[in-house]
Amino acid sequence: MFARKLKCALCGLWGTVILLGAGNAIAGYTDTLNLREGVTDISHKVYDLHMLIFWLCVVVCIGVFAVLIYSLMTHRKSKGAVPATFHESTTVEIIWTTIPFLVLVGMAIPATKTLLALEDTRDADMSIKVTGYQWKWKYDYLDDDISFFSVLTTPREQIDGSAEKGENYLLEVDNPIVVPINKKIRFLITSNDVIHSWWVPDLGWKQDAVPGFINDGWTELSEPGTYRGKCAELCGKDHGFMPIVLIAKTEEDYQQWVTDQKAGAAAAAEAAMQIWTMDDLVARGESVYNTNCAACHQANGQGIPGVFPAIAGSAIATGDVAGHMDIVMNGKTGTAMQAFGAQLNDVDLAAVMTYQRNAFGNDAGDMVQPSDIAATR
Amino acid sequence: MSTATTHDEHHHGAPSGIMRWITTTNHKDIGTLYLWFAFIMLMVGGAMAMVIRAELFQPGLQVVDPNFFNTMTTMHGLIMVFGAIMPAMVGLANWQVPMMIGAPDMALPRMNNWSFWILPFAGTMLVSTLFMEGGGPAFGWTFYAPLSTTFAPESTDFFIFAVHMLGFSSIMGAINIIATVLNMRAPGMTLMKMPLFVWTWFITAFLLIAVMPVLAGVVTMMLTDRNFGTSFFDAAGGGDPVLFQHVFWFFGHPEVYIMILPAFGVISQIIPTFARKPLFGYSSMVYATASIAFLSFIVWAHHMFTTGMPVAGELYFMYATIMIAVPTAVKVFNWTATMWRGAMTFETPMLWAIGFVFLFTIGGFTGLMMGVAPVDMQYHDTYFIVAHFHYVLVTGALFAIIAAVYFWLPKWTGHMYNEKLGKIHFWWSTISVNVLFFPQHFIGLAGMPRRIPDYSLQFADWNMISSLGGFAFGIAQLFFLYIIIKTIKGGEKATDQVWEGAEGLEWTVPSPAPYHTFETAPEVR
Repeated sequence: MFARKLKCALCGLWGTVILLGAGNAIAGYTDTLNLREGVTDISHKVYDLHMLIFWLCVVVCIGVFAVLIYSLMTHRKSKGAVPATFHESTTVEIIWTTIPFLVLVGMAIPATKTLLALEDTRDADMSIKVTGYQWKWKYDYLDDDISFFSVLTTPREQIDGSAEKGENYLLEVDNPIVVPINKKIRFLITSNDVIHSWWVPDLGWKQDAVPGFINDGWTELSEPGTYRGKCAELCGKDHGFMPIVLIAKTEEDYQQWVTDQKAGAAAAAEAAMQIWTMDDLVARGESVYNTNCAACHQANGQGIPGVFPAIAGSAIATGDVAGHMDIVMNGKTGTAMQAFGAQLNDVDLAAVMTYQRNAFGNDAGDMVQPSDIAATR
Repeated sequence: MSTATTHDEHHHGAPSGIMRWITTTNHKDIGTLYLWFAFIMLMVGGAMAMVIRAELFQPGLQVVDPNFFNTMTTMHGLIMVFGAIMPAMVGLANWQVPMMIGAPDMALPRMNNWSFWILPFAGTMLVSTLFMEGGGPAFGWTFYAPLSTTFAPESTDFFIFAVHMLGFSSIMGAINIIATVLNMRAPGMTLMKMPLFVWTWFITAFLLIAVMPVLAGVVTMMLTDRNFGTSFFDAAGGGDPVLFQHVFWFFGHPEVYIMILPAFGVISQIIPTFARKPLFGYSSMVYATASIAFLSFIVWAHHMFTTGMPVAGELYFMYATIMIAVPTAVKVFNWTATMWRGAMTFETPMLWAIGFVFLFTIGGFTGLMMGVAPVDMQYHDTYFIVAHFHYVLVTGALFAIIAAVYFWLPKWTGHMYNEKLGKIHFWWSTISVNVLFFPQHFIGLAGMPRRIPDYSLQFADWNMISSLGGFAFGIAQLFFLYIIIKTIKGGEKATDQVWEGAEGLEWTVPSPAPYHTFETAPEVR
């Protein structure tokens, strides 16, 4: 009696879960049940192949399970079944070895075609180099001399739960990668430190970013739009916090964007020539620090004992400027401390050093000017 | 067939106290030690899984920081693979292989003692890294370089040493099983008369001897890269990070079959027993096992489709990988044909075995899907693969281990477990494990990468459901502990044969099996 009641209860629970799932699907959650179809020719091919194999598996699965369930229902001792004694049949063994084999051959043919198309990076119209860093992406437009980093912009307060999470929580960056539509774009993918993986699901593929080696991949988008992805290979502490945002624009809008980027670079060069005040440097330094340094050294400068050193009270950040500049610019080999000289411009470097020397209770009291940085380059 | 003698139990019985367990060379004692060690590790690794599911219960960072989260996923994987599943399988082999082939003990009893007693030290060293400065290993159980070399915490060297020790233990255990099977079989027990559990373990032992040295090699290369200035995995010194993955997966792919082949063996013992009908194709099962073992050596790079392999390499590894579906299908068809027109009863071990057949098949199908290289470019490193390998390792390997424990527990303890509680354990586990892992297929396909402590909002609902399933499944295994202890302490007296349809030498000895069995070899017709 108890067992029967329990079975009923468990069936009810299971039913609830299934209904909950179905309910969700109806309520517009269908996009969290299946592979994304994506927006490119390749992603559609990959999706179609996925569905083909999926249905194939479902059909075979239903066939096998139906036989099993029928047997479980019928061939019971409690129903007076008497065991048969048959066993070993070479004919049957050959049949059920050959059929799966032929099904596999049937699968391999479309799979081979799709794979060859996916890997064909020849005849690209433009190339963009993608470099993975702990924990951000760098994009170099090899044909246009444009280069920038792309860093997560979701505020810390949303992550720790003290603020409402936004629509694009963990899927938003400061500088998205921008590409033109109707051009075959080749991505050259590499890494500066550990292995990352560049993945925008709507493009239909991911490719590992391996330090010291260059992998490639390609896409051709037909519609303008914003496509979001994430790093897919475990790359350390903030692996979950280095998204990708790709914006596809019409050729016209893309050219405008290129022009704006170049104007921005010129303005930054201009700013580096000026003498900055302490307040301006500290203000800018705080934002540079939060974007580039806080992931390891923490927003309060305390670091993580044994893993990432503290900036607060650090002998380097309060010691002489040259030593401080050396470690910021050149990094420390064999640790997560990167060479920021190659990543940030003179103003940002000067600002962040000034901030570190005068925040978290540090009282070096001095300033670093962009011209000081320029002098060491 | 003669039954075992029990006359000298008093003279050669177990010594008492703690020294019994430290000095024992008895295969049954050592089997018990292995199984308890595995259970403790299952609890430790399970507790880590609870931390992971608690953090993923909602979006945002609530419970742990990202670095500790990575440590948890890493240690959970390592402990479950090397601490729970593998030792549990060795424990089953220790108890059962000698009894099933009519041998008095394992061929190398002192080595048997040593290969167990390495484990607690290796396990302790591995877990102790959690308390070291800089934290424990946080680079995933696959420990890809250079995250595990240049960018890893100091404690990684302890992790490397622990892996070496675990490897020693596994290799010695494997040598022992091969020596036992080849030399200790009762007269008349030809190779093709051996029970399938013995066959699958025999083949598994060869896999272990072949690949554990490869694992030792790769961690040694890590050690020298970290401490002695070599550059195996550092491009700046002429090395290649992807080399690490090739070497690791040359170990890693056979390793997954090391965990599943003995499970196939267990299921092939249980289904004929409760269907009261011989296994449909005994020899084809043996050949299928050997085929799977062979194929396992030539498919490793299907774990690496996104690393930038040449297209020709991707095509080869795709074709070879999907080939594995053939012998695996043969196994599932054979179990089905064994049940067909049998006279089945559904005691707890049979329930777990049937659960295995259904759920392992689902895991097998998702494995086939991932073998298709162009689609794997989407699946790779998402929750889809997390769902896949938990279906084959939890509802596959672990379900088979639990089935084996219920199947042989009456023989080990002399008491029947409580059938009602066993069935509750089964249904509770089976329902919760599906609530836990089935939704992970959805979120993986929809684009959630694995090994992230926080996720974007569209994955929130399924993660919450998955976590609830996880907590329920975790509690179910505490209930398992209660059932085992209750059975050890007492219960209905088990007969020698225990199960109506049981056949084989282990069912000819009394329950509980005396300390020494088959001191005089039985005759096998």
